[in-house]
Amino acid sequence: MNLKDDVKIKEVIEKSKKFRAENNENIRDTIVESIYEKAEDITRKTVVKDTERLLSQQRIDDIITSKRTGIPIMLLMLAVVFWLTIQGANYPSEFLAKYLFWIEGKLGLFFSYIQVPLWLNNLLVLGVYRTFAWVVAVMLPPMAIFFPIFTLLEDVGYLPRVCFNLDHAFKKACCHGKQALTMCMGFGCNAAGVIACRIIESPRERLIAIVTNNFVPCNGRFPTLIALSMVFVGVSFSKTSSSIIAALMVVLLVLIGIGITLLTSYTLSKTILKGMPSSFTLELPPYRKPQIGRVLYTSIIDRTMFVLGRAVVVAVPAGAITYILSNIMVGNLSILSHAANFLAPFASAIGLDGFILIAFILGFPANEIVLPILLMAYMSKGSMIQFESIDQLRGILLNNGWTYLTLINTMLFSLLHFPCATTVWTIKKETGSIKWTILSVVMPTIIAIVICFCTTQIYRLLW
Amino acid sequence: MGLTHSASTKQGLKDLFNVEKLKEEDCVIALAGNPNTGKSTVFNSLTGLHQHTGNWPGKTVVNSQGKYSHKDKDFIIVDLPGTYSLLASSVEEVVARDFICFGKPDVTVVVLDATCIERNLNLLLQVLEITDNVVACVNLMDEAKSKNIKIDIEGLSKELGIPVIPTTARNNVGMNNLKDTIYDLCHNKIETCPVQILYPREITEQLQILTPMLSSIFMDKINAKWLALRLLDGDDSIINSIGKFLEYDLKT
Repeated sequence: MNLKDDVKIKEVIEKSKKFRAENNENIRDTIVESIYEKAEDITRKTVVKDTERLLSQQRIDDIITSKRTGIPIMLLMLAVVFWLTIQGANYPSEFLAKYLFWIEGKLGLFFSYIQVPLWLNNLLVLGVYRTFAWVVAVMLPPMAIFFPIFTLLEDVGYLPRVCFNLDHAFKKACCHGKQALTMCMGFGCNAAGVIACRIIESPRERLIAIVTNNFVPCNGRFPTLIALSMVFVGVSFSKTSSSIIAALMVVLLVLIGIGITLLTSYTLSKTILKGMPSSFTLELPPYRKPQIGRVLYTSIIDRTMFVLGRAVVVAVPAGAITYILSNIMVGNLSILSHAANFLAPFASAIGLDGFILIAFILGFPANEIVLPILLMAYMSKGSMIQFESIDQLRGILLNNGWTYLTLINTMLFSLLHFPCATTVWTIKKETGSIKWTILSVVMPTIIAIVICFCTTQIYRLLW
Repeated sequence: MGLTHSASTKQGLKDLFNVEKLKEEDCVIALAGNPNTGKSTVFNSLTGLHQHTGNWPGKTVVNSQGKYSHKDKDFIIVDLPGTYSLLASSVEEVVARDFICFGKPDVTVVVLDATCIERNLNLLLQVLEITDNVVACVNLMDEAKSKNIKIDIEGLSKELGIPVIPTTARNNVGMNNLKDTIYDLCHNKIETCPVQILYPREITEQLQILTPMLSSIFMDKINAKWLALRLLDGDDSIINSIGKFLEYDLKT
């Protein structure tokens, strides 16, 4: 219905325009003031407050968000969280591995008992089931520890303080302070982090937050990073100190990720996404006692099982495909080896090898399966080994010519490379643009390649 | 606009807000509140869902919906994004305002944080300007108690002219009381008489002129006094929303 020409509505609009002009356009302030006055009036009549308690919360905030101690406390917390994850995940991992691989033996026997052909038996047991067992044994324990701790920090009210601490750095990078929050969500899952970017109102800053979210390692990559840093430190340190050093190693990687996030955000806002940071008010919520039961429930059922379920769904077909690729021979080499040889020159220039690149490419559906695929590819018989301990993992990597450089570059590449399929799909959905989706795949990949190339050159110059 | 009122709201709810009633007599409840007041916890407690509730503002970025039954009736509850006001300065505020104003929920529950009633009242007072069917849910009563904040619930209810229910949603305290009150409001068993905000004389005078004019145009489709205030305020987004939801083109 068109009311434009209705005499009455015209009059109303004219009158309100005139009134605004007469009052210097300040009507909103007057309206808001009246509402505030009423709210104050009602509160005065009905609420009695004790100011002492509020002050004690403020004193905690003075320490946690101070310029001097805020960031160190944050790093310490991060290190403790990783240490707890690494230390705590060890035993359940071993237990799960033992249990799952015991089932594997029985499964193989069962299949031959019901006369499944040997090739199918091998494909199902050594390809599919073993990948599944690997993913569960390696991923479940760290997730079941990391997610609840992270959720606890969230519920206590620490995340907004982190956001507050990092706000200054993000402002300097010409992007939105809330990006610190979306980045934190990215630690759980990049796809979730990308969705969380909706809280940023300005489209420019939201795009920056979306395309850089990938630079913080998500839960699918943490197990890889944790396992590799344990391989890294294992040789030269005693058992007790090794988990601490491994935790610090992961913290360092996270810091590199944050650094790259800030750098690319800055570069983006100086080039293709020009603009100034918009200001916002972040309310620091009160510290609250978290509901432990609910936290455990949501973080284990909703998050852990969800991520694990996704990983398993992807890992099972990927396991089958990798098994087939590494067992079909063309000439005297498997298809997988041919592909790896093809990629070898390029891979060697960035300090990796062909198999590692293949693993990252095959791991595109879900980053969780990169390490399992790599190990499957390395095994001469074309099936993965059973996961027993980090020492065994180290042995396999060393046998395949890994050096410190390979280790560092694999971790860096894992940290910086293209996002997983789910994240890419989410970015497409959130931005609604193919162009930005492509950018968010290509940009991290180029950065990963350039950085790995540089470390390789430096390493080769020194050794 | 040849549709009857009830048919048009039902269709509007489905098309514009994606809220679908299964039965005509189902009640639609809107849940509003400042960010981080435990709104999502109230939502979970009412519906028995397990949406994650984080302790940071801006957590609810998408409208979530849930259902629950109380006594013999089914209720559809819509969790609106947390906002500090309805003055339409952000997308969330427009979404929340449009739902309360044009979605015509049977009852709007405004969740207040018991530890900072004053700031939370600003939103509540703004909601009361749009609709009469409001319950205030003073949540986080346990926190207020541990902080030695005393709230005169009865006095608050009298001042506001609407039912006020104290709750601690995370422990399911007071939730039944809240459900009863929502039920009674839905079935007109409670009369509310929301407090009026006193505006300065110049504005009141203008309102007295504009309100009757607007109510003769829009009838009961929108609260005329509130619309007059928005027009005086020069809020363009309300003109867009009226175009979108009521299909009146006011743009000049």
